[in-house]
Amino acid sequence: MKKPLFAVWWTLFGDPVRAFGVVSLLLLISLAIAPAKNHFSEWRHYQDQYLSLIRGRGDAVTLQRHLQGGIQQIWLPDLGVVDRCTTCHVGLKEASLADVSMQPFRRHPVIPHKLDEFGCVVCHRGQGAATTVEEAHRSTLAWEQPILPARYLEASCGQCHRAALTGTPQLNLGRTLLARYGCVSCHTVKLPDGGTMQATDDPPSLSHIADKTTREWIYAWLKDPQAYAVSATMPNFKLSDPDARDISAFLIANSTPLPEDTATLPASAPKAPPDPTTAASLYGESFCASCHAVQNAAGNVVGGDIGPELTRVGSKVKPEWLQAWLRNPRAYDAETAMPHYRFNDQQVSLLSGYLEGKADSDLLANVHLDVATPEQIAHGKTLATEYGCAACHEISGIKKPENFAPELTRIGSKPITQLIFLRGMPHTLPDYISAKIRQPRSFGAALKMPQFSFAPAQGDALTTALLSLTDRSQNLPRALTVPAPRPSDYQPAGKAGKLMADLACFSCHTINGRGGDMAPDLTWEGSSVQRLWLQAFLKNPNTLRPSLIRRMPRFNLSDSEINELTDYIMTVYQTPAFDRDSMPESGYPAAQVEQGKQLFYAKYACQSCHIVDMKTDKGYIGPTLTQVGSRLNAAWIYNWLKNPQALRPAAMEPNFNMSDEDARALTAFLMMQRNSGKQEAKK
Amino acid sequence: MTRSSPALFAIGLIVVIGSAGCAQKSVPPSTLEPTAFGAALVESSGGKQIGATGAVLGEPVVVQVNDEQGNAVPGALVEFSGPAGVNFDPRAGLADSSGQFTSNVELGGVAGRYQITASTLTKTQKRVDLKLEEIALGYQAQVGHQLDEKYCVRCHDPESTPERVSNYDNLETKPHAFTDGDTLNKMTDADLTAIIGHGGPALNRSALMPPYGYTLSKTDAQALITYIRLISDPPYQGPGMMYVQK
Repeated sequence: MKKPLFAVWWTLFGDPVRAFGVVSLLLLISLAIAPAKNHFSEWRHYQDQYLSLIRGRGDAVTLQRHLQGGIQQIWLPDLGVVDRCTTCHVGLKEASLADVSMQPFRRHPVIPHKLDEFGCVVCHRGQGAATTVEEAHRSTLAWEQPILPARYLEASCGQCHRAALTGTPQLNLGRTLLARYGCVSCHTVKLPDGGTMQATDDPPSLSHIADKTTREWIYAWLKDPQAYAVSATMPNFKLSDPDARDISAFLIANSTPLPEDTATLPASAPKAPPDPTTAASLYGESFCASCHAVQNAAGNVVGGDIGPELTRVGSKVKPEWLQAWLRNPRAYDAETAMPHYRFNDQQVSLLSGYLEGKADSDLLANVHLDVATPEQIAHGKTLATEYGCAACHEISGIKKPENFAPELTRIGSKPITQLIFLRGMPHTLPDYISAKIRQPRSFGAALKMPQFSFAPAQGDALTTALLSLTDRSQNLPRALTVPAPRPSDYQPAGKAGKLMADLACFSCHTINGRGGDMAPDLTWEGSSVQRLWLQAFLKNPNTLRPSLIRRMPRFNLSDSEINELTDYIMTVYQTPAFDRDSMPESGYPAAQVEQGKQLFYAKYACQSCHIVDMKTDKGYIGPTLTQVGSRLNAAWIYNWLKNPQALRPAAMEPNFNMSDEDARALTAFLMMQRNSGKQEAKK
Repeated sequence: MTRSSPALFAIGLIVVIGSAGCAQKSVPPSTLEPTAFGAALVESSGGKQIGATGAVLGEPVVVQVNDEQGNAVPGALVEFSGPAGVNFDPRAGLADSSGQFTSNVELGGVAGRYQITASTLTKTQKRVDLKLEEIALGYQAQVGHQLDEKYCVRCHDPESTPERVSNYDNLETKPHAFTDGDTLNKMTDADLTAIIGHGGPALNRSALMPPYGYTLSKTDAQALITYIRLISDPPYQGPGMMYVQK
């Protein structure tokens, strides 16, 4: 064994001259290592490949001139970016490479940002400083930030942009879901501007739950909320039978009665609905479906999602409570999004009878609960505390827990080394978050996080929203953040303000930045409409936009309430942009009216979306204008025609860049549209 | 001997680690043994969908295996394949009791059209393919899609839903659907920019198409055009390609 080694040693170094030669050769080789490594590096290979790719093209000379050999780097100290990606991705900025699909030479798709200002890793993640394919894109021993899959790319936009963007529907949806499904009730998410994300769901208080429903229903609901209502946002806590039994026992025992809920209707009111179609049409006329959904025979959930689904509501609520609720929902829940409809006793009886009929006999068929023992009730309280029920619901006797679940403020930058993955799961942060959302209990049966019922697209949207919560989003230079508009806490004052709260106007309408988006923005309503029309509309809302299925319901307001509201709206909701008396309501010259008519039908073709003459016009995207002369203010029409978006930024009607003369003629024509008024006068 | 034992130990260790690594990577033996064989594949639903790049399509792709008589074949093996970047969940499986196989499709990270293939085997081990096309929207097309949803579909899409009634039937001059490649592919980008910006009269067409040049930005209009080009059927070839063909 030792002899051949010795022989080799002797051959190489036995003779001093030969030894000198061998050592020199070794030295030369070692000196050549660095340049050789450089020469055979991956990026040089790609740059050579790029050169041969562009050689045959028509614009080869231009492309070649753009190509700078060697390692390229985008250095942005403000963002902490050192990106060498452009060393291999050499064609990113070449518009003429649109047909090249081979990576790394593909042109970058058009985006609103410049590569030199933001670099690559801000959006794509990965290791910007790396110069090999493996280290730049994947998590290796030295690095753990792999490339963000295209599936979640919108997360990167969300690091700087806190407001909703047109181009990021997935991110927008994810953020909405985080708030709507109450994720942020348990998990704190701090925003860079110092605020925290707020939940937008409205989980009911459980302090008076025994007035509303039975223990059996609570049990069935806790066991499987989606069995009661497929669109329920309440997650499934996978409770065992005894646990559900004990929590339901606790909630009933803990509930205190409210006097209004037990008051029954006067005997004069009919007990049962005399005619089911009358009740159904009252449900329709009151536009209950604008907020409440019902699952139809085909399994589709049809209706709005502001209020709870009513498919099986008859199996849930007690008749006395339902009647009290329909009479005045604010007596049970002062903050509810449901308007106070001012139904009369007969209507309450009709509607409650109709809703009681929406029952599912199977739901509670197998629920048999014995009388609860004090031990069960005490155990129920312990469970309700442990599962964090009070993080979402108000429960008397249990405080809302603080920091109940892990904070998610920087979840998008969580190091992989701090995560515990399941067997067989890809070791990446997006996969971890996505699995946590889909199957939280698969990470351990003892975990408290409940099972939500998200569709795959919703899960992806949530993952995207969570991935946007990175270290970078917290540490961005102020100049680069695009904050969301501050949530408005606008509150109308005085008696009218109380009335608007009672009618829950803000559930559908936005005023001064606060409110829902189902109905028109009323911020400048006082400048827009005429007083008499508003009074008549509040008394009996008629159809303005035939294409909409969600409409303003009739609240059965008294005359004094209508006056109160009208006075307030006409006085307070005035735009400073123009004077509402700057245009006359009538008395336009016939020639100008005729010119307006020509413009309406020919030049601007307004009939594509609006109806002025019921016989000839058919367009129904915009409001019907047959009576617009008695509905809208003339100065409003004129200014609206000049620039709709200046008055309501979200308006669909395009800005026609109309001349003053045209706008005046059209206003004259529109102000003459008072058909029904004339007919009524004739009668 | 003393010297070689660490070496042996090291070799042994490498072998153990290596085999462990291999064991992890090895694919579990396929349990998919078809119990029946069909003769044809038909699409039930899920073709021609529009999704974002890299996203899972909103609806799963459902295909049905039929026999020669056109009856459903439960238990036939269906396999999906597609270009790089496209993932299927599940990629392969047996048709259910109604002869159908359902798979969720994740599109690749590059915007464009994706052709995916569903295939099944006949009794004679012959492969039967069904090709479906899905469209992935990049950033620009995504913006265009959102703008289309807000400003355009009401008139340009004849389909009505309860939530969104179409205005198509009310218009004297019928607008072209954005997928109408036979018409729209003949218009240049400049034409489309003009008609979006200045309305129908800009191209001597109906004034029922209003101008959006003072409502939408140039970038918005460009985004809309990108979107229209991407979803057109037959596909838009681009001005360069048209020139070559001529």
